[in-house]
Amino acid sequence: MSEPQLKRHTINAWMEDKPGVLNRVAGLFRRRNFNIESLAVGHSETPGISRMTFVAYGTDRDMRQVTTQLDKLINVTHIEDVTHLPAVKRELALIKVKANNQTRAEVMQLVDIYRASIVDVDMESLIIQIVGKEDQVDSLIKLLQSFGIEEMVRTGRVAMVRGLQEREMGGTDTAVPTHQNGHH
Amino acid sequence: MSEMKTGGQIIWESLMHEGVEVVFGLPGGAILPTYDDLAKYEYPIHHVLVTHEQGASHMADGYARATGKVGVCIATSGPGATNLITGLATAYMDSTPIVAITGQVPTSLLGRDGFQEADVQGVSLPVTKHNYLITDIKDLPDAIKEAFYIARTGRPGPVLVDVCKDVQQASMPFKYPETVNLPGYNPNINAPEEAAVSRAARLINEAKKPVIVAGQGVSIAKAEAELRQLAEKANIPVATSLLGIGTFPATHPLSISWGGMHGEAYCNYALQECDVLFAIGARLDDRLTGAFDTFAPNAKIIHVDLDPAEMGKNITIDTPVIGDALLTLRNLLPQIEPNEHPTWLEQIAEWKADTSDRDILAQETDELIAPYVMRALWHSTGEGNATVVSDVGQHQMWEAQYYHHTKRRSLLTSGGLGTMGYALPAAIGAQMGLPDEEIWVVAGDGGFQMTMIELSTVVQEKLPIKIAIINNGYLGMVRQWQDVFYNKRHAGTPLFNPDFVKIAEAYGIPARAVTSKEEAAEAIKEAQAYDGPFLLDFQVEEFTNVYPMVTPGKSNADMIRRPNSMTPQGE
Repeated sequence: MSEPQLKRHTINAWMEDKPGVLNRVAGLFRRRNFNIESLAVGHSETPGISRMTFVAYGTDRDMRQVTTQLDKLINVTHIEDVTHLPAVKRELALIKVKANNQTRAEVMQLVDIYRASIVDVDMESLIIQIVGKEDQVDSLIKLLQSFGIEEMVRTGRVAMVRGLQEREMGGTDTAVPTHQNGHH
Repeated sequence: MSEMKTGGQIIWESLMHEGVEVVFGLPGGAILPTYDDLAKYEYPIHHVLVTHEQGASHMADGYARATGKVGVCIATSGPGATNLITGLATAYMDSTPIVAITGQVPTSLLGRDGFQEADVQGVSLPVTKHNYLITDIKDLPDAIKEAFYIARTGRPGPVLVDVCKDVQQASMPFKYPETVNLPGYNPNINAPEEAAVSRAARLINEAKKPVIVAGQGVSIAKAEAELRQLAEKANIPVATSLLGIGTFPATHPLSISWGGMHGEAYCNYALQECDVLFAIGARLDDRLTGAFDTFAPNAKIIHVDLDPAEMGKNITIDTPVIGDALLTLRNLLPQIEPNEHPTWLEQIAEWKADTSDRDILAQETDELIAPYVMRALWHSTGEGNATVVSDVGQHQMWEAQYYHHTKRRSLLTSGGLGTMGYALPAAIGAQMGLPDEEIWVVAGDGGFQMTMIELSTVVQEKLPIKIAIINNGYLGMVRQWQDVFYNKRHAGTPLFNPDFVKIAEAYGIPARAVTSKEEAAEAIKEAQAYDGPFLLDFQVEEFTNVYPMVTPGKSNADMIRRPNSMTPQGE
């Protein structure tokens, strides 16, 4: 048997927007000892369906467990591992950095180079918004550290496969007759 | 126009729509409106009052396993609901369909730490297939409909519906829903892909040393007859998992018993030596496989299961077949060529003969030992014609080794969670579902005491359950691990037992202590002849241990075999 390869996986999951669904997903990650690096969740294009992107580290086999176990959650409608698919993967970060009259220009130069933007200006600080791949975000953060980072928030990766694709919903959304107890 | 109904009425009418005949429960404040509606309906569904809510969930479990129907239990909020949890976790591990209905504090008090409030949805989340918290009566009918649908379809499991007290009291026009809308639920009840079945057939046809491992999935799919056809058509030996016992007659010439930590040695040798292993409806857990990477090292493994998450979870699979066991076997059978496998079967017969030589019953002893009791019970019950509900521990392994089950669903036991205290309440549930069945509880002295308070339920419901306590004065299996792995330091395992005969008599149940081999068969007959429950306290030799034994984390090939002499291992 060859050594299993550990790698970073990007997985999209769609789920019914019901109370407690995030708890179910998070609980499953914890209970099955899955190692999740980041998780971003919000509305999808379908009303009532939320979309989550999470990044997990492990072997292909680990990821099959993650996706098949998640898929068993009743409220999860679809799962897609986009690691090996052509996909746009982005993260947003807000970084509050110290900046006064002496340093502001230098910071703004960096912001320009990274195609980030300044979304708030104060006498003593700036809030910088950057959208990009994680390594770009990491790199800007590293450079800004010398000015002094006061606060930072990162959304975690979100991902979308390029081009048109069909998504199957494998659930029970058709009429199911009333069963007598015990039949199946 | 639909009639106006209260939430409590909706619960009972929904259960009636689902064909529920019996529920197991215990009332309390937050579920009282629903109980009151039961009285107003003049008890259309039989309510079994339990002594402790853990008993209710085990009873629902025993009922479900014995009948194949969904078992239903009901409890109040807070401690009532948390007491159900052990039974739900037991059912979840062993894929038993249960619907649990619990009362919850009124919606206005949710989250305010009111009297008897517990986050039951949160607490039950990891031990249920799905759960609901109902804060609006409009959601109640769909939730109950979905709960039953989810519990019994696909891979079955427990579903909990937590209903706020004010929801039970509220009213709405009620019509039981005819459909469910679950866009995220795929029970995989279809036939598997043709290509996967053909690959499996080719592997089986080319095999020189094939073995079938049958699990409880075969019984859930009612595929026992097809399993037997497959085995007989190609002369393939059949092993079972612990929960698969009963899917293939243990007395059949192709039966190689069951494998794993305390499975028969010849079975483990066959599993380790086979070249094709066809596992169906078994989840290949660590107790069956031993160390995962050492299991069946030479075998191409075909794994049939309707739960895709079981594929490759523990063991690397060559051919995954995702689908219902019955449909898989039906599609597979025409593609299987008749076969003899004489050399392989001879080899297994040789291992089996060696196992028989070492059998503990082949040793000379005057002591009363559990394997002897199990054989006596087997003979006295028409050679395996009773349903046995075993608890967890040494006696459970001896029961499985020496009571050769020949009937489907005739062994009910907590295999996955290993819940001591399961047997008595589960037997009550089983007997409620199968009133004419001869049902035996086989329990250790430790586990029996965990739930023996349900003897009052036995008497209350006039159930003719027969109870065999295998009493060795120890938490025997734990003591055995101390003997083998902890240098015989018996920390916390010697038991201070009550007089079980007097305990039974306090409930009005006749009982008898059995201390010698000579009395065993006759005592069993006395219990059988009595028209009602009967308890036998088998006071067995205290230091006998269960063999073979595979050290946890080791290969099944390295099992500790049965010793050749009767030297007490504890001395």
